[in-house]
Amino acid sequence: MTTLADAPVSNTPKESFRLAMLLNDTRYRSLTFQFIALVAIIAFMAFVGGNLVRNLAEAGLNISYAFLGEPAGYDINQRPIEYDSQSSHGRAAVVGLLNTLIVAFLACMTATVIGVVAGVLRLSNNWLVSKVMSFYVEIFRNVPVLIWILIIFSIMINALPGPRDFRGDNPTASMSFFDTVAFTNRGVFGPAPQFTNSFGATADVPATSTGLDWLIVIAALMLSFFVARAIRAWATKTQEATGVRPATWHMLLATWVIPVGIVLTFLGLTWEIPALRGFNFQGGMQIRGSLIALWFALAIYTGAFIAENVRAGIMAVSKGQTEAAGALGLRPNLIMSLVVLPQALRVIIPPLISQYLNITKNSSLAIAVGYMDVTGTLGGITLLQTGRAIETILLLMLFYLTISLLISAVMNVFNNSMKLKER
Amino acid sequence: MSDTELAFVRSEEIPPAPPPASEAGAVKWMRENLFAGWFNTLLTILAIYIIGRFVVFAFPWFWNGVWDAGSIKECRDILSAAGKTTGACFAVLVDRWDHLLFGFKYPAEGYWRPTLAFIMLIFAAAPALFAQYVPRKFLIFTGLYPFIAFWLVWGGSLWVPLCILAAILATAYIFRVVENLDVGARGVLAGIVGAAAGLGLAFLLFQGATELWFISNSVGAGGALGTLASLLFKAASIFMFVFFIPMGIFVGYAIYNDAEDGGLVTVVTALFAIYVMLAYLLSPVSGALNAIIPIELQAVPSRDMGGYMLCLILGTVCVSLSIPLGIVLALGRQSNMPLIKGVCVVFIEFVRGVPLITLLFVANVMLAYFMPPQSNFDLILRVIIMITMFSAAYIAEVIRGGLAALPKGQYEAADSLGLNYTQSIRLIILPQALKISIPGIVNVAVGLFKDTTLVSVISMFDIVGMIRGPIQQSTDWISIYWEVYLFAAMVFFVVCYSISQYSQWLERQLATDHK
Amino acid sequence: MKKSVFLGALTVAGIAAGAAAAGTLDDVKARGKLNCGVTTGVPGFAEPDANGVWQGFDVAVCRAVAAAVLSDPEAVEFVPTTGKTRFTALASGEIDMLARNTTWTFSRDVDLKFEFTGVNYYDGQGFMVPKELGVTSAKELDGATVCIQTGTTTELNLADFFRANNISYEPVPIETGAEAVQQYNAGACDVYTTDASALAAQRANFEDPSAHVILPEIVSKEPLGPLVRHGDNEWADIVRWTLNALVTAEELGVTSVNLAELGGGSDNPEVNRLLGTEGDLGAMLGLDKEWAKRAIGVAGNYGEVFEKNIGESTPIGLARGLNAQWTDGGLIYSPPFR
Repeated sequence: MTTLADAPVSNTPKESFRLAMLLNDTRYRSLTFQFIALVAIIAFMAFVGGNLVRNLAEAGLNISYAFLGEPAGYDINQRPIEYDSQSSHGRAAVVGLLNTLIVAFLACMTATVIGVVAGVLRLSNNWLVSKVMSFYVEIFRNVPVLIWILIIFSIMINALPGPRDFRGDNPTASMSFFDTVAFTNRGVFGPAPQFTNSFGATADVPATSTGLDWLIVIAALMLSFFVARAIRAWATKTQEATGVRPATWHMLLATWVIPVGIVLTFLGLTWEIPALRGFNFQGGMQIRGSLIALWFALAIYTGAFIAENVRAGIMAVSKGQTEAAGALGLRPNLIMSLVVLPQALRVIIPPLISQYLNITKNSSLAIAVGYMDVTGTLGGITLLQTGRAIETILLLMLFYLTISLLISAVMNVFNNSMKLKER
Repeated sequence: MSDTELAFVRSEEIPPAPPPASEAGAVKWMRENLFAGWFNTLLTILAIYIIGRFVVFAFPWFWNGVWDAGSIKECRDILSAAGKTTGACFAVLVDRWDHLLFGFKYPAEGYWRPTLAFIMLIFAAAPALFAQYVPRKFLIFTGLYPFIAFWLVWGGSLWVPLCILAAILATAYIFRVVENLDVGARGVLAGIVGAAAGLGLAFLLFQGATELWFISNSVGAGGALGTLASLLFKAASIFMFVFFIPMGIFVGYAIYNDAEDGGLVTVVTALFAIYVMLAYLLSPVSGALNAIIPIELQAVPSRDMGGYMLCLILGTVCVSLSIPLGIVLALGRQSNMPLIKGVCVVFIEFVRGVPLITLLFVANVMLAYFMPPQSNFDLILRVIIMITMFSAAYIAEVIRGGLAALPKGQYEAADSLGLNYTQSIRLIILPQALKISIPGIVNVAVGLFKDTTLVSVISMFDIVGMIRGPIQQSTDWISIYWEVYLFAAMVFFVVCYSISQYSQWLERQLATDHK
Repeated sequence: MKKSVFLGALTVAGIAAGAAAAGTLDDVKARGKLNCGVTTGVPGFAEPDANGVWQGFDVAVCRAVAAAVLSDPEAVEFVPTTGKTRFTALASGEIDMLARNTTWTFSRDVDLKFEFTGVNYYDGQGFMVPKELGVTSAKELDGATVCIQTGTTTELNLADFFRANNISYEPVPIETGAEAVQQYNAGACDVYTTDASALAAQRANFEDPSAHVILPEIVSKEPLGPLVRHGDNEWADIVRWTLNALVTAEELGVTSVNLAELGGGSDNPEVNRLLGTEGDLGAMLGLDKEWAKRAIGVAGNYGEVFEKNIGESTPIGLARGLNAQWTDGGLIYSPPFR
């Protein structure tokens, strides 16, 4: 049913209410339509809900979220918060959620960098470089992300050496960066900071680094930040007064280095370097292969889209701007960073937001590489073990919806602050 | 002295010397385009290095490729017998070519059918895509194409799609006839149709009300939340019980009341007609026709679709279904009725906020619970429903952009001509808004087509599912990656790149500003 | 919006809407096809061959049931399911039975409301490691990276085993067997764990199978068997006794070779009852007399099916072990046909 046709306007404006007015009078007609829509929605709900209740009753099932409190029974390799196989399904879901956020954040950052570089280089007047970048953009934009994730994961697994290649008298692989970092197909193992005089350490818990220690370090950095800002303000003031900007770099350097240095020395900073023990590299910091593969696959794939957005943004800045900046004597790289990019940013940011949302949503393909994100824990193993399909999938959708809405809210605030302020 | 003899006087101009070698031809081009400044030189060298590394690594692998072997072991043996350390096993593509393209269950003697349907798709799409070059009358073929393609791909009796087509044409004819009836006759018809529609609606609403009461009784057990839900359902049920008779009467009356103008009665009559034809006449008539003149292709259940063909089917079907749905959603979002606008906004934002993969999980494991018991929905149909919803939300946003880009004057002009809502949208607004939106819609379509690979996650054998399932796990081709993944990447690239080139061409065609 | 409208819409879309019927048996007979859920591909158990025909040990059960019910071993619609979708597919009626390496556990039987109709393969979770690591026992795996195929009970068994032995490990969950093998062969994990049968099957396809050992520990009991929906006992009986018929046939020496001969009648009354020449067991199931004969006729008895698909003469190369007849010291045991 499309709509009601307009009836000729009534000749007698003072007439009392008639039923036909619900249809023919524009004042009431929209109400009528909405009422019909409301009834249709309720009827639809009745249909769906009734079927659900019947089907569940027939299968002898019920809707219950009690499973979230039961022990999960499975292990997760990447645990941003404390978790073991006796923790609850709910906690496993939170671990997965955090893992989703981690990979989404890393991929967003990397994709932005890749996208901006590729977008700028695609407009470079270096023929070879711009062709290589066009090739990159077209190749990645036109092939499904799932295939890229699988290919990049395969590349990582097969191109990097396994830990066993580091072993033996004549290892075929060796650690990089002065024997501190090992690139293996299980991930990257690097040095991790440790504090010998940790604050959190007690007689029972010989902690090597606690949140408290890091809070102190962050506090020192904050202090440096405010002092540095004061120094810069002072320099500007002096410049305005005298016309000469005093050299502040040595003061700034000292501000940034000395407080942190003192704190770190006091805490007794040492670096724990990963070493091959038993089956694997132990100690240090590990970034797992599944995370790296997913991270780079998403970043490179989305980077191609961002590159197109950046290119469109730069092309949208009128050529006169570049020429004017050139006439002022700016060098090409300064023209780009001071004149063109800031203006292009206004065009770039709205599509960038949707690319960030895409990354977050595409991160749900983590199951293809065995990265335990929320789709892998809650929507994967928990669903399998408990058989609670409806509950887990509803929760899963709720998670993603919340994340998406949050990201678009935050980015919209940012976008509004970047908008051209017209007076 | 004027008569001084000069030793040499040139009597003609010297021919222009060629520019220095560094300012001409390839050298100049290279200097300007590759080695302008140290930074560019560095970039060039870096690019050459990367390309070189890639070629040195990949070329022998590609060149040594084995095209004829029965299994990966055989392929490795051939390579090592030839003394080659690296080489691709393209033999898997030869061996499993049919599976990669059509899945492993589509009858082999019927491969020409989807192939033909695909070729016809190009011709069917041409009048819509290249509107200014292809005569409009070819649009008839575009209109017929869905029926032809359906018959070719799914097979069965030709009479089924023909009868559906006939039913649609008959409905259009009935629509015309009712529209042109004189007022008296239409009043009688409107009375009959209105009474029937009112009765039917009241009956359906009554059923809905009882259903709601039934739900409210069974959700009450789960604590405070359950009690609340139960009360809500009870309220909705009472609401429906109160309104089912008035609603029926009202809708019946509305149809009758409208007889003079005729908008409603024509639409409702047409809907009645097509429902009766499709629900009650289709299978007996097509069956009878087929018994007299059997024209049949081997029927293929949709479960047997697979390979790249499945991606193409899902892509085309879902995109074409989601455009009308997207238009409705976009118009709904622009509506000034809060309820309708709200429903559209919630739907669009919800679908855009969740990953497609969760919607596919819904199709796979949840949708069955929302359907009447024992009704057995095909997985592919459930997936088509979910993907269509998904892409409709995105297309709605693109079209909303197109609607917003129209100057307000267009709406006002339509109103001032006395056009009603349907007419103004159909004749004035949509033609312009859609034209602006086409590049955006094409981009959504490309994205959607790529996303059809996600169905492999829910155990459907599209091209990626074929690779990760039956091919990689078969005894013959266990752990083969590069060849098959690169092949899948290539077939997607060919289609998506062509479409995106088309989209860019179209954008240039539509760009009327000269910057 | 009610069923009539809805079914009308279904017809429009060109889908067969399953008519509401009393039981699965009637549904299957009316449809003329058995919908059987299988894996998306495990060598030896269920995988489509190069011609797209499903082959394997689990597939044989489906075909036997189809032969018993519909007299046609080809009247099976194989529905590939993943670990995630299999139970919903069965619960929602999309498939009539599931023959997919599914472990019989308490919660699946009781909480998820399914009925396991027997065990066609006694499995257990094992570990495979490269020989060069020199590991001889799973208890030496402290700190190892373990590739697990998700979607099974494997993760839980693994967590329990390592927890019970108080050793640490790093789980690497992987979706498909092929990808697990890829990671394992590239050295991205030290150990690959899944059901011992699948380990053997996958090792057989390695470039050098002898470079890998399967550790002696079997850390779980994995009785794999076909299952059906809870509550339809007639249908459950058919699936259960079809499986039992295959087992009994091996015990009584009925093979695909002598089936025709014995079908004419023999001295052994149990053989006669099984093959329908004596008594009428088929009628009690709602089938005809020769149901079991047809089921056995598809690919022979349990032992023959085993040998043909996963036995020692195949690339999978599994020994009968626990899956030998009880008379040979195994666990395969069928209740009597009487």
